Amino acid sequence: MLRLSLRTRRRLLPWLFVGPGLLWLLVFFALPLVNQLNVSLQTGDPETGYVFSWAFSTYVDAIADYHEQFLRSIGYSATATILCLVIGFPLAYFIAFKAGRFKNLMLLLVILPFFVSYVLRTVSWQLILADEGFVVARLRDIGLLGDDGRLLASRTAVIAGITYNFLPFMVLPLYVSLEKIDRRLIEAATDLYASRVTAFRKITLPLALPGIFAGSLLTFIPACGDFINAALLGTPRQFMIGNVIQSKFLTILDYPTAAALSFILMSLILIGILLYARLLGARNLTEAAI
Amino acid sequence: MRADRVRTWLLGLWSGLALLYLFIPIFIIILFSFNDNQGRFNFTWQGFTLRHWQDPFANPDLAKALENSLLIALVSTLIATALGTFMAMALVRYGFRGRRTVDFFVFLPLATPEVVLGAALLALFLTMSFNTGFVTIVIAHVMFTVSYVVVTVKARLEGMDRHIEEAAMDLGATEWTTFRKVTLPLIAPGVGAAALLAAAISIDDYVITSFNAGQTQTFPLFIFGATRQGVPPEVNVLASALLVIVLALMGANVLVQRRLARRDALRTARPPATPDAVPASA
Repeated sequence: MLRLSLRTRRRLLPWLFVGPGLLWLLVFFALPLVNQLNVSLQTGDPETGYVFSWAFSTYVDAIADYHEQFLRSIGYSATATILCLVIGFPLAYFIAFKAGRFKNLMLLLVILPFFVSYVLRTVSWQLILADEGFVVARLRDIGLLGDDGRLLASRTAVIAGITYNFLPFMVLPLYVSLEKIDRRLIEAATDLYASRVTAFRKITLPLALPGIFAGSLLTFIPACGDFINAALLGTPRQFMIGNVIQSKFLTILDYPTAAALSFILMSLILIGILLYARLLGARNLTEAAI
Repeated sequence: MRADRVRTWLLGLWSGLALLYLFIPIFIIILFSFNDNQGRFNFTWQGFTLRHWQDPFANPDLAKALENSLLIALVSTLIATALGTFMAMALVRYGFRGRRTVDFFVFLPLATPEVVLGAALLALFLTMSFNTGFVTIVIAHVMFTVSYVVVTVKARLEGMDRHIEEAAMDLGATEWTTFRKVTLPLIAPGVGAAALLAAAISIDDYVITSFNAGQTQTFPLFIFGATRQGVPPEVNVLASALLVIVLALMGANVLVQRRLARRDALRTARPPATPDAVPASA
């Protein structure tokens, strides 16, 4: 065996540990992205194949043709993220501060959806919201929906589906950050004559910010690229950018456009994360998100 | 204090409704596994039957898809857990050059939408004319679960007392022995949690798999493909059964943990007078 000095061994050891995993990520995460950039600049057609030609026009065309789906993805995801926060914050607050001995049971109920297939849960919503279903019939009875009113195949259905599917991703980080708060800080605030509302606004909320940040990212990022909800609960008029990328890649075989669209989506999300981090004043991005 | 009670009560009501929202689709899935449906569709309630539960593997394509999913989850979880655990250890334990860069790089796949990960990987396989199938699904799953493993194990390592390992080394244990006898048992719960997380993500993944599956079917791919002709009730049966098994495993885990905690409590009933045993509030 090769004999190395203790110092060299100490220097090499971390890389020995990190090496295999890092290599996997370099080959199957970083390299594909570089290759994707290459593909996005190719021209040609599915029959004859594609060749590299610095075709920046693909990006221009992609934005011109699909800006609507981009805006829709961002709009739907942002709406769903806000809804998740509105639904999830009181829930996380209750579990962290008020649930007592039901805490673990409630946490289990929050993660319960994870144990049932994502696609199947969305199919289940399809069934619940279906035109011939129970819910639509009752809503028509009480006049909330017109006689030909529908729930399925609408913007509402898609946003509700996304909200449903990502709610646990919002609740868990919120719960973790709320749970960590030292109760004595809140007591001190109320002892010093802060009202409950002021104590919440000045103590609880600022300390819960990392959780809000992480939860929003965990909801918004996957929602932006999602296409299952739009495919199962919407119509092509609700299709998001994920649907376009998927069909370009797997059905139409227009790889350059699909690659360009992926890159635009990724840059939009990265810009969004940076702006959001600036807004919330998160010092260390990875620290806050993890 | 009445306003306080009302506030708590309203908060509880809201939380209950939120949990109900999370539970409704699952309830429908379980309910329709007992539906006595006629024909292909399982859309409307037509009466109770145990028919589907008696033969959940009646559909050979579905059985094969589930088998593939479980096998893929097993293989990719083993690889991802091994790779991720070692990475986490190096990232927490060693202050090496480039540590922050590696840290950030590992975080990146988590910040990338799945559709981009899946599409980029498929483009690579196409460029290299590598046939997509079982192997490419495993590669993809390891790629995007390894970051979750790193994050989970890191969290466990960061809360750990380093002195125990130093003590082992001081007493003459080699690095490898220390790792095997001290570090590994201590981080085992974290590694276990990470492996469970990786397996759950792998079994459930549709987006990335749909790009890299080729002709191979997995459970989520089968369900999505079946939506047009109606999802067979056997899917509901298998999903419900999976849920019950997971809940049973979690229940068993809680019982074991409790028993271990009790054993530890007995063992530390007479604590040695070390500074560590002094309550933190002192």
